[in-house]
Amino acid sequence: MAIRTRMSGNEAIAEAIRQIDPDVMPAFPITPSTEIPQFVSTMIANGVIDTEFIPVESEHSAMSAAIGASAAGARTLTATSSAGLAFMWEVVYVAASSRLPIVMALVNRGLTGPLNINAEHSDSMGARDSGWIQIYAENNQEAYDNMLQAYRIAEHADVHLPVMICQDGFITSHAVENISLLEDEPVRRFVGEYHPEHYLLKQGEPMAVGPYAVSNYCMEAKKAQAEAMIRAKKVILEVAGEFEKLSGRSYGYYEAYRLEDAEYAVVAIGSVCGTAKDAIDQLREQGVKAGLLKIRVFRPFPGEEFAEALRGCRAVAIMDRCESYSAQGGPLGAELTAAMYRAKVQAETVNIVYGLSGRDVTVGDIRQVFADLQSLAAGEKTFEQYPYIGLRE
Amino acid sequence: MSDMTFDFKEIQGREERLVPGHRMCAGCGGTIAVRNVLKALHPGDKAVVGNATGCLEVSSYTYPYTSYEDSYIHSAFENAGATLSGVETAYRALKKKGKISEEYKFITFGGDGGTYDIGLQSLSGAMERGHDMVYVCYDNGAYMNTGIQRSSATPTYADTTTSPAGKCSMGKPQARKDLASILAAHNIPYVGQTTYIGNMKDLYTKSEKAIYTKGGAFLNILAPCPRGWRYDAPDLVDICKSAVETCYWPLFEVVDGKWILNYQPKEKLPIEDFLKRQGRFKHLFAPGNEQYIEAFQKEVDRRWEELLERCG
Repeated sequence: MAIRTRMSGNEAIAEAIRQIDPDVMPAFPITPSTEIPQFVSTMIANGVIDTEFIPVESEHSAMSAAIGASAAGARTLTATSSAGLAFMWEVVYVAASSRLPIVMALVNRGLTGPLNINAEHSDSMGARDSGWIQIYAENNQEAYDNMLQAYRIAEHADVHLPVMICQDGFITSHAVENISLLEDEPVRRFVGEYHPEHYLLKQGEPMAVGPYAVSNYCMEAKKAQAEAMIRAKKVILEVAGEFEKLSGRSYGYYEAYRLEDAEYAVVAIGSVCGTAKDAIDQLREQGVKAGLLKIRVFRPFPGEEFAEALRGCRAVAIMDRCESYSAQGGPLGAELTAAMYRAKVQAETVNIVYGLSGRDVTVGDIRQVFADLQSLAAGEKTFEQYPYIGLRE
Repeated sequence: MSDMTFDFKEIQGREERLVPGHRMCAGCGGTIAVRNVLKALHPGDKAVVGNATGCLEVSSYTYPYTSYEDSYIHSAFENAGATLSGVETAYRALKKKGKISEEYKFITFGGDGGTYDIGLQSLSGAMERGHDMVYVCYDNGAYMNTGIQRSSATPTYADTTTSPAGKCSMGKPQARKDLASILAAHNIPYVGQTTYIGNMKDLYTKSEKAIYTKGGAFLNILAPCPRGWRYDAPDLVDICKSAVETCYWPLFEVVDGKWILNYQPKEKLPIEDFLKRQGRFKHLFAPGNEQYIEAFQKEVDRRWEELLERCG
């Protein structure tokens, strides 16, 4: 029986953690993810879960302790945001290259300059090449569902990679919305007990983790890691399939919203997709063939599948909640246009930067994007390749 | 606490936990630290060994070879404390759930660069949280792995590649950080400072106490480096002895907040006895530089008096 209730995104993540009951969680407070370690600490204090919480003195130590705990054989979790992830930077790579199935609940917030605490994807996008699987949520329900699937993907024998479960700071993490939860027992059966094959504390089998590798060996290790990321594609879909049987909710690499016959499409990640869906519904009523490609999985990057979903569109707006200061656009824009080129999907594209540092995006903003796409496709208007929307005049 | 008697033959006869074949230099103090600290583990006891990036790591776990008989983990330079704290916590979590039955000890090694400097925060956090682990600093007084750059453990006037002695420089201008005191101020159950003296009894005793004391423990071991200090490998033992006899490197421990002096030289030797054996201080012995040796002596005396006062 599904449990219908109301929760914020952070509460939804904490509920998933309660049901998973991981072994070890090192974490350090940072807005807007702070509530997650708070909720976990409270559950531990009240005997609700068995997890050992490590109140580390920094995020760098959070990830370092997570590496130690995971290598030792514990199902390990951390949570962070923004500068916290940036501070972990070095060891985020170590976690992935050590092939440790750590899960991070990431509450997306912009990186500093100027200091700001609101939603932006510059934190996780900055870590996009660190070797972590990245799965994004539009709302609290998806954050919960993704969290329940995370260990199944991370710990899979074909993968052995860490996973970031991402949701937008405040917009998702703090806004209270309806949610449908699963019961504890089916969740526990779905997630399963963790039985690592090799770990530091394995009886009768000492092991060494974290070697110095000379050039004769290092490249093979990186290639093996890259292949695990490729294999993760299949595993993500398998786990989503099983999850659908459990929950009735369907997940893939992306969600296509009214995209099948769309002439104009917006591609976006995270909470803005809800706003885009409203705009699309309004436009559809007016006969505009508008649609949305909502990215769920950014790492691995299912470029072929994304491109295929956009085949047939006349014009596509690729929306980045992130600057990359490349003078070309954002990371989603760069990767998706490359994928479309390879797949010979020849729609007009424009790469839009929006919503930085929590800047609000309205239904009207998205409708304007579609209006611009129509002008672009009709050849009535040319665009600078990477405009900002929602900027102050 | 277990048996603290010292049976030299029995201890030296114990199985090596750092096995031959590693690539550390001849005459390296770091290797002596690892071998002897691990010998203080009682035979049959299990351990996970941690390590900060440095000479020791790149020379003892060079893929695909490991020199450790025990499980071992390295993750980065500045996080040996935090990394092993995660291992120790996992141990408690898995033990609580009945997934592990064996007893483990947790010992991590870092050089002075990884301990006094870049890893100080990680070490401080791990000690403050009270993990049941030992952090061992093998202090050779500079970043030796990257080529002898000064650290906050480098003694004043030492000639290093980032504090070179020259026409306008007498070597490192700053004072050496007193890390053992900083760790003692964490109010952890055990802090010990030692080096290689005689039959290694002091090192063994302190290692055993550190390992078998419940909670956080810290060992600071003066571990000479032949490349950085510029001495002939066989001189290592004499250098360590002179470090102690000149009171440059006193042997002491802080047990549950109580400071204990473990050795008081009958006759405190002048600091020249320590300095003259090392190429890194050669410039101090040039004519006209006597004042610097005097200043060095004064600082050694001041710290020694301070220690005597703490030890009552």
